[in-house]
Amino acid sequence: MQDTLNLDEPGLVQALQAGDERVFAAVMDWYSGSLIRLAMSFVPSRAVAEEVVQETWLGVFEGIHRFESRSSFKTWLFRILTNRAKTRGLRESRYQPFGLTASSGDTDEGLSLEDSLFVTEGSGRGHWKDPPDAWEPDTPERVLLSKECRAAIEQAIERLPPIQRQVITLRDIEGVGSEEVCNILEISETNQRVLLHRARTKVRRELNPYVQGDTR
Amino acid sequence: MDTNLKHKLMRYMAGNFSCQEIAQLITDYLDGSLTLSERVRFQLHLGLCFACRNYLGQMKYTIATLRQLPPEPVPQQVKEELLERFRTWKQRHPQPSVKSETE
Repeated sequence: MQDTLNLDEPGLVQALQAGDERVFAAVMDWYSGSLIRLAMSFVPSRAVAEEVVQETWLGVFEGIHRFESRSSFKTWLFRILTNRAKTRGLRESRYQPFGLTASSGDTDEGLSLEDSLFVTEGSGRGHWKDPPDAWEPDTPERVLLSKECRAAIEQAIERLPPIQRQVITLRDIEGVGSEEVCNILEISETNQRVLLHRARTKVRRELNPYVQGDTR
Repeated sequence: MDTNLKHKLMRYMAGNFSCQEIAQLITDYLDGSLTLSERVRFQLHLGLCFACRNYLGQMKYTIATLRQLPPEPVPQQVKEELLERFRTWKQRHPQPSVKSETE
């Protein structure tokens, strides 16, 4: 996006601070889809998520002149969204408190899911019940061309407990760094890694049939 | 083999991880948060265990696939509303304060 505008990050921020409409339009175009995705992990519907994104951009208009580049613009943007989405989620009575003990019903499912892949008793304890195969060397882009596969991944993400969904969305889908994610979500690094691992384990299970050609 | 190295290897082998522990540690490994000793034991296990190598490959593939997921589509109406809100805001704030040239 910055390449399209021919701006580096300081240039981009400066243009936003100067209220450049062309740059704002491009930035809103570029990030709104990611913001909607993240907002949906906090609030109960897409319509509310879109409202949260609108509120987020208002926050950006109001706050951009105070932005001091202590973090990247993207991280700052996600933090504004997260704060607004948390407030909105609380109001919508769906938002779950952070932490591993959140009463989301299946916070430990990722762990037990992985445990179920291993022998638990006898001399083979800790070994694979059914050793994993190498997945087909098809590129992720090609795998995602299958609508069925993409839907399976999207549904797996939707079914995650909210905090796991938030972590995997920021870390793996948006590519935000570990430290910044901890900052945005106000969780510890250890907690974040546990949540991320559980989330990844569940998505891996859903992806398995599409890259292996069987229904395991 | 050098005896020292052999003993070191044996010690690492004795404290080697099970496949289940390897699976549990993959995210820590990929995040670079294992201790040196854990990393050595992790890599030693991988060197000997094709199943765990495959599982690590699957997890990396999962991450790469997630990274390729396109953003949610933004309805044209939402885009237009956003731009309208921006214009309204700008009219009310015709001279936004720009901090410094380095910002």
